[in-house]
Amino acid sequence: MDFSLIVLVVIVAALAFDFTNGFHDTANAMATSIATGALKPRVAVAVSAVLNLVGAFLSIEVAKTISGGIVDDTKVTPVIIFAGLVGAIVWNLVTWLIGLPSSSSHALFGGLIGATWIASGSDAVHFGKVVEKVLIPALASPVVAGIVATLGTFLVYRITARAKQGTVGRTFKAGQIASASLVSLAHGTNDAQKTMGVITLTLIASGSLAPNSGPPLWVILTAGTAIALGTYLGGWRIIQTMGKKLTEIQTPQGFAAETSAAAVILTSAHLGFALSTTHVCSGGIIGSGLGRKLAEVRWGVAGKMVVAWALTLPAAAIVGAVAAEVSTLGTWGTVLIGLAGVVVAVGIYLASKRNPINANTVNESEPVAQPANA
Amino acid sequence: MHIDWGSLGLVFVVALASVVVLTSLFSFAVVGLSQREAARESGGSGTGPLAGAVLCFALCLAIVGYGIYLIVA
Repeated sequence: MDFSLIVLVVIVAALAFDFTNGFHDTANAMATSIATGALKPRVAVAVSAVLNLVGAFLSIEVAKTISGGIVDDTKVTPVIIFAGLVGAIVWNLVTWLIGLPSSSSHALFGGLIGATWIASGSDAVHFGKVVEKVLIPALASPVVAGIVATLGTFLVYRITARAKQGTVGRTFKAGQIASASLVSLAHGTNDAQKTMGVITLTLIASGSLAPNSGPPLWVILTAGTAIALGTYLGGWRIIQTMGKKLTEIQTPQGFAAETSAAAVILTSAHLGFALSTTHVCSGGIIGSGLGRKLAEVRWGVAGKMVVAWALTLPAAAIVGAVAAEVSTLGTWGTVLIGLAGVVVAVGIYLASKRNPINANTVNESEPVAQPANA
Repeated sequence: MHIDWGSLGLVFVVALASVVVLTSLFSFAVVGLSQREAARESGGSGTGPLAGAVLCFALCLAIVGYGIYLIVA
């Protein structure tokens, strides 16, 4: 295989997206374990990173969905994919800065749809597939995970009601480590696949691979590694939102929420649904809040999250569309968009330094968000 | 446009069933451990509850292992 420069640039951008995907989504698996103290923050992200890598090798069903699905393979060029990735990365960084657990998957789909639409026309986007593969799972998955987690939490509290509370707390802590690990594994089978799908799509678009090919081994390896590194970095801002701000979580709830999320993600990854792990895990956490009597779900925080979910796809699509408009003007356009992406990333990184949240401070904040401190 | 409601329903049913079974088994195991402690405090051996707990934990592991096997195979 020989790569042109643009294909190489796209692969780098895809891996950069995968990296942001990793630290954006660490919270999905580990927020509740960190919040309940079942795992130390640093240990949690390390375990999660390794299992993400393992998960990347387990199943490639979702990668196949992306490369053969929502946009017309024959009308997509590497430049368009690059523009879509820039849209996805920018949105992921913005939502990370404000600590919102938005869906990396929707950012990716949005970016690709926006870029393809502008550069190749609306008929290059398979809207039917978008509804079928993205919108329906997006609406259904948090509800499914929520219902399952509500029932699971209810059962856990019902069955263990008369057991010694010390034993309950200790044992569920151990259970939580297992269930959180399963979510990390599930995340690898789902989210690492998305980057593999994008790189595979690029290789097909540039003629390096035959249409409808699966991802080559080096793609699986690099994508798995990028998401693992991102995960290890830890998205402490989002971990704080999911672990502390959504609802106060006890170990049995964390166990039920994570088991539900892992079951939903693994089942659907196996069937090739590219659902959002973020939506599933948030749904699971809310469900576990509902399932425990008197546990308070902070609907204000949940509402903000839902707004961010609804905005994710269109917002990333708009950034992707603008990036595509400029990138397709010529090589200088692509270079300009690449530079702009780097500048935005550095700017957001510097902005995050003004209000840092890290492994040491992630559990410290008061559960209620401090006003005007961002 | 073809929405695969069958698969979606399957995800729901499989997830619900596995979570109900797993969380119940794990909870029963916790109850077993708790009863063992209670039995030992009052001078008993608590072997019965412990055996029950171990059996429940083992079943949990087996179910999770089988699920992962289904995905890999």
